[in-house]
Amino acid sequence: MIHLRGITKQFGDYPALHGIDLDVAPGEFIALLGPSGSGKTTLLRIIAGLEFQDSGTVLLGGEDVSRTPVADRHVGFVFQHYALFRHMTVADNVAFGLSVRRGKHRIAKAARQARAEELLRLVQLEGLGSRYPGQLSGGQRQRVALARALAIEPRLLLLDEPFGALDAKVRKDLRRWLRDLHKAMGLTSIFVTHDQEEALELADRVVVMSQGRIEQIGAPDAVYMNPETPFVSHFVGETNRLPASGGEIHFRPHEITVTPDGSEAVLVDNVFRKGAVWRAEGLLEGSGQFVELDLPSSQDAPRLGQTIRFNPHRARMFNADGDHTQGDLP
Amino acid sequence: MSARSTRWRQPSVLPGFGLSFGFTLAWLTLIVLIPLATIFLKAAGLGWSEFLAVGFSPRAMAAYQLSFGTAAAAGLVNAVFGLIVAWVLVRFDFTGKQVVSALVDLPFALPTAVAGIALTALYTPEGWIGQFLEPLGIKVAFTWIGITIALVFIGLPFVVRSVEPVLADLGREVEEAAATLGATRWQTFTRVIFPAIGPALLTGFALAFARGVGEYGSVIFISGNMPGRTEIAPLLIVTQLEQYAYAGATAIAVVMMLASFAVLLLINLIQAASRWRMGA
Ligand SMILES: Nc1ncnc2c1ncn2[C@@H]1O[C@H](COP(=O)(O)OP(=O)(O)OP(=O)(O)O)[C@@H](O)[C@H]1O
Ligand SMILES: [Mg+2]
Repeated sequence: MIHLRGITKQFGDYPALHGIDLDVAPGEFIALLGPSGSGKTTLLRIIAGLEFQDSGTVLLGGEDVSRTPVADRHVGFVFQHYALFRHMTVADNVAFGLSVRRGKHRIAKAARQARAEELLRLVQLEGLGSRYPGQLSGGQRQRVALARALAIEPRLLLLDEPFGALDAKVRKDLRRWLRDLHKAMGLTSIFVTHDQEEALELADRVVVMSQGRIEQIGAPDAVYMNPETPFVSHFVGETNRLPASGGEIHFRPHEITVTPDGSEAVLVDNVFRKGAVWRAEGLLEGSGQFVELDLPSSQDAPRLGQTIRFNPHRARMFNADGDHTQGDLP
Repeated sequence: MSARSTRWRQPSVLPGFGLSFGFTLAWLTLIVLIPLATIFLKAAGLGWSEFLAVGFSPRAMAAYQLSFGTAAAAGLVNAVFGLIVAWVLVRFDFTGKQVVSALVDLPFALPTAVAGIALTALYTPEGWIGQFLEPLGIKVAFTWIGITIALVFIGLPFVVRSVEPVLADLGREVEEAAATLGATRWQTFTRVIFPAIGPALLTGFALAFARGVGEYGSVIFISGNMPGRTEIAPLLIVTQLEQYAYAGATAIAVVMMLASFAVLLLINLIQAASRWRMGA
């Protein structure tokens, strides 16, 4: 469906993207995950045609659209801050893409209105068509923006941090709702986020980006369980690092076995409840490395000043030369 | 954005509404209403029939027509070109942008007579520009066209500075959204940008128009001041004053003021209506 080949983009002399290759299958739901400034928005805008790459090609459905202007790409785009037309009613916003069609593609006003109503029902905003965007809540506005993008029956839906401006509760509801909507419609979609939870929860595949490069592409479980680079290991989920000869060992706070003859010992200096587990933090004996451990909350909370001995039972070794190995430890 | 404007629509949540509103009224009374009222008082000394005779004499009517007509024409020209200038200043970064921006404000600072003399020198049949227009049969200096040009010069900053912040606030994303939905540049302009900045553009037009109606210094050099032909209303008032016909001068002033007020009120009402419609 989407094939990106060697996309590069430079702003002035700042390289925002260095040679991005990405293939997306029809109907896939892809998350672009990365820290601020990693080039997620830039990549999304290049796919949409809102920005043009310096080199490389963009293929949409087999067609080379590298130089096609945005208006002819037929791609739905949802902006972080909605970008609704404030002087138009909600229904007119949704019908805008149909009303600007020209020539033989023109649609009669009645049909446009009917379509707008249908879409408003889809995004659960029935009956709000005659309001103005200024009279809606943030979550409602974002759904209007989504309905507006869907109205043109895009071949592809791109969402730039669609929930970025919303509070946690609305975010969560909207997230689940978007996943259901994607399931129902099967529209190929890419969304940008810097929230790893969001990426892992929604996406079929997660594309982790850092500094204008793709670090790893994989299913949420694979990206979380088998990170291929220290960056991914650190950015997706929580990770403890142990220095080792020739590189470092990474393990998650829960990937440990507490045992009196453990090879590592940590002096606990902070304890709190983290959902279903106890989170103990402290410095490792010897190396002085800061680590976080998850302990079952069925047991008593670890005490401050207590020394916990443990072995990581699953870990990854990242060598300084870029190689990595991982797996269960004896 | 809308949260902010909503807050300002409900003065009660702001402290000291009574006090500040009272101050606003007192200030407007002192600075605007009392001086205007004295004009009415002066004019009232004239008596009704004489007021009509002076205020609506053929010479005065011609002057009103000229003043309001050229001010409206100049306001329209400024609305179009001021919008383009504002759009360029907001949407593009280029070297020398600050210089261009400062140039826009220059008509505010320049003594208007200087502008008038410069424009006249350019547009007389022997002037730099006038010499090329003369063979084409276009006369600018000493006609209504010259007056309009002077008023365009004077009014430009009003439109640019009214539209600029609204355009910046509208943001690039709205234009991009329209483009992703398949709109052409022209459709984006007419259907998205223009309606959104319409109220601000109208404000700019109203300010430029009002300024043009009252403008004196820059116009009198280029207009030629032929009674009934190129004599603007403010000049007619000065002429009356020079003949010590104070009451006559105030009669013309009263007519101008009422007409201007009617136009400005109408524009304000249109804006209030459009703002109310947007529900913001
Ligand atoms: N129009 C621009 N001009 C100059 N630099 C830009 C422009 N757009 C983006 N950049 C730079 O390119 C880099 C990547 O930006 P981009 O917006 O793609 O990041 P992002 O991953 O979307 O970050 P965020 O999560 O903060 O939105 C950043 O360093 C940014 O400063
Ligand atoms: Mg971004």
